Amino acid sequence: MASPTTTGPYDSSTPDHLYTPYRRLREGLRAYRMIAAMWIRSTMAYRLSFAMTTFGNFAGTVLDFVAIMLMFSQVDRLGGYTLPEVAFLYGLTSTAFGLVDLAVGSMERLGRRVRDGTLDTLLVRPVPVLAQVAADRFALRRLGRVTQGLLVLGYAVAVLDIAWTPLKVLMVPVMLLSGGLIFGAVFVAGGAFQFVAQDASEVQNAFTYGGTTLTQYPPTVFAKELVRGVTFVLPLAFVNWLPALYVLERPYPLDLPGWTAFASPLVAAGCCALAGLAWRAGLRTYRSTGS
Amino acid sequence: MVSDAHDFIRLDRVEKVFQVRRKTGFLRRERHEVRAVDSISFAVARGEMVGYIGPNGAGKSTTIKMLTGILTPSGGRLRVAGIDPSRERTRLARRIGVVFGQRTTLWWDLPLIDSYRLMHRMYRIPDARYRENLDRCVQLLDLGDLLEVPVRQLSLGQRMRGDIAAALLHDPEVLYLDEPTIGLDVISKARVREFLRDLNAERGTTVLLTTHDLQDIEQVCRRVMVIDHGRLMYDGPLASLHEVGESERTLVVDLERELPPIEAAPARVVRVEGPRQWLAFPASESAAPLVARIAAAYPLVDLSVREPDIEAVIAKMYAERTERSGQVNEEGGVGRGGQATEAVS
Repeated sequence: MASPTTTGPYDSSTPDHLYTPYRRLREGLRAYRMIAAMWIRSTMAYRLSFAMTTFGNFAGTVLDFVAIMLMFSQVDRLGGYTLPEVAFLYGLTSTAFGLVDLAVGSMERLGRRVRDGTLDTLLVRPVPVLAQVAADRFALRRLGRVTQGLLVLGYAVAVLDIAWTPLKVLMVPVMLLSGGLIFGAVFVAGGAFQFVAQDASEVQNAFTYGGTTLTQYPPTVFAKELVRGVTFVLPLAFVNWLPALYVLERPYPLDLPGWTAFASPLVAAGCCALAGLAWRAGLRTYRSTGS
Repeated sequence: MVSDAHDFIRLDRVEKVFQVRRKTGFLRRERHEVRAVDSISFAVARGEMVGYIGPNGAGKSTTIKMLTGILTPSGGRLRVAGIDPSRERTRLARRIGVVFGQRTTLWWDLPLIDSYRLMHRMYRIPDARYRENLDRCVQLLDLGDLLEVPVRQLSLGQRMRGDIAAALLHDPEVLYLDEPTIGLDVISKARVREFLRDLNAERGTTVLLTTHDLQDIEQVCRRVMVIDHGRLMYDGPLASLHEVGESERTLVVDLERELPPIEAAPARVVRVEGPRQWLAFPASESAAPLVARIAAAYPLVDLSVREPDIEAVIAKMYAERTERSGQVNEEGGVGRGGQATEAVS
């Protein structure tokens, strides 16, 4: 048998504080892929259950939009918006949220891991904790919502009479990306909060699921204070409202200037930076309190 | 690297203080400090096998969590293989293996081998190294028939063996085990202990384990540390612990009929129930001559020896310490000792 190991095993790894942000990101994504793949395999151990929950997820979100269609069978306009216009807003936010929910939706389970102590098993592995927590219980069934969102968005684009310019076309993927990042930041910040308050997942749901429901409707149906809140405090208005209203050539809420329609990527970057800081603070709190 | 061999793990007056908030009324909370680990110092050389024991809430798990980098110490200096665990947790993770007795790291719904393949990739273990280590663990932990079985179908003992293998695939230099034999049957316990001994002998892996089971220590560790109320009460060989604690083993004797209490000094009868009698004798004494003397003088049907309960040993140590305050540990004051006696009585 091999002689006693007296030197470090094939390890030339850099001290943690010398990790470049780029390397951390790459390591994190690598770990994320590996763990997500394991969860997909786990899910496939119960294929029928997977098929049924995916269909259920899809059907549930479809009914959600059916409710809006029913509303429009009684009224022609909602807050001044037609059904295809509402569908445009709805499809954008639903797709963006669906993608993020698929990617990091499991963050809301962090509180449970903190409570039952299983978070510790993630902390002794040589990969970033955020990646492990985000990939935890990765659930492909959440593709149901993405599918529904894309269908509604497709319907809206097909029916809407928009004078498409290259800029307007570009706005669609920009909205999905920055919207996704804003929701993702809310998920991560919510996860960080669960280090402190382990049963805070309901508060987080209010901002994530609540946020999508809000942005599925035109801003004109809500009270001004609420619109102000989701513009300046928790900037959900940048997920779709402001950029989409540019595409739809509609007036902006709160008399905001025209350039705000293009601010979404910046707002998203800012949200991610803040969420990253919150995450680090949360993890530091956990490691000093252990609960 | 020379000092590294002797001070592979080194703690200098390490402390961990938790702020605990207690509800004292509606919305009213009282804050107070709990010293989970109170100025602990020790060093472990490379290749040692150390048992870390103490009652629940003594600070064992907190120490392990600081050694693995999960928790940041509130004070003192701590190094494992020259690394500050709390600052370089990820880097340290490649060099340590951790087994949490009651929390599996294996993938519940997948065959055991899938969890190992994930470790292979996550720790970037070279293929040849991975295959060699896996083969070795499979052979010594008898996992051959279990590799394709989903983890949820494994028994507790099988899963523990599976978890130990998972923690060793990346050749860790030190293995921490938190209650590795808890809930296992006798055969599984024996197998785990034997494996740990072999691992240490063949690979020189440093092993640090926490346990409630004194036999884990007896059969695996040459050195034992007792911790209670966050303080190191004892550090040395197990045999001397019995002397320090003046602990007693119990001989349970079944006689043919009811008889007056057996006389066999230094053992003394502590309980009589019909034909069954309980005799206490110092743990440092051998049981064999005592049994021989009793068998020669009394009509013996059956007998068994009970090991001293670790909690009892520690309780005794406390009683000693309160009497001769400060002799075992020069840091220990009367106040602390009194508080501890209260807690164990």
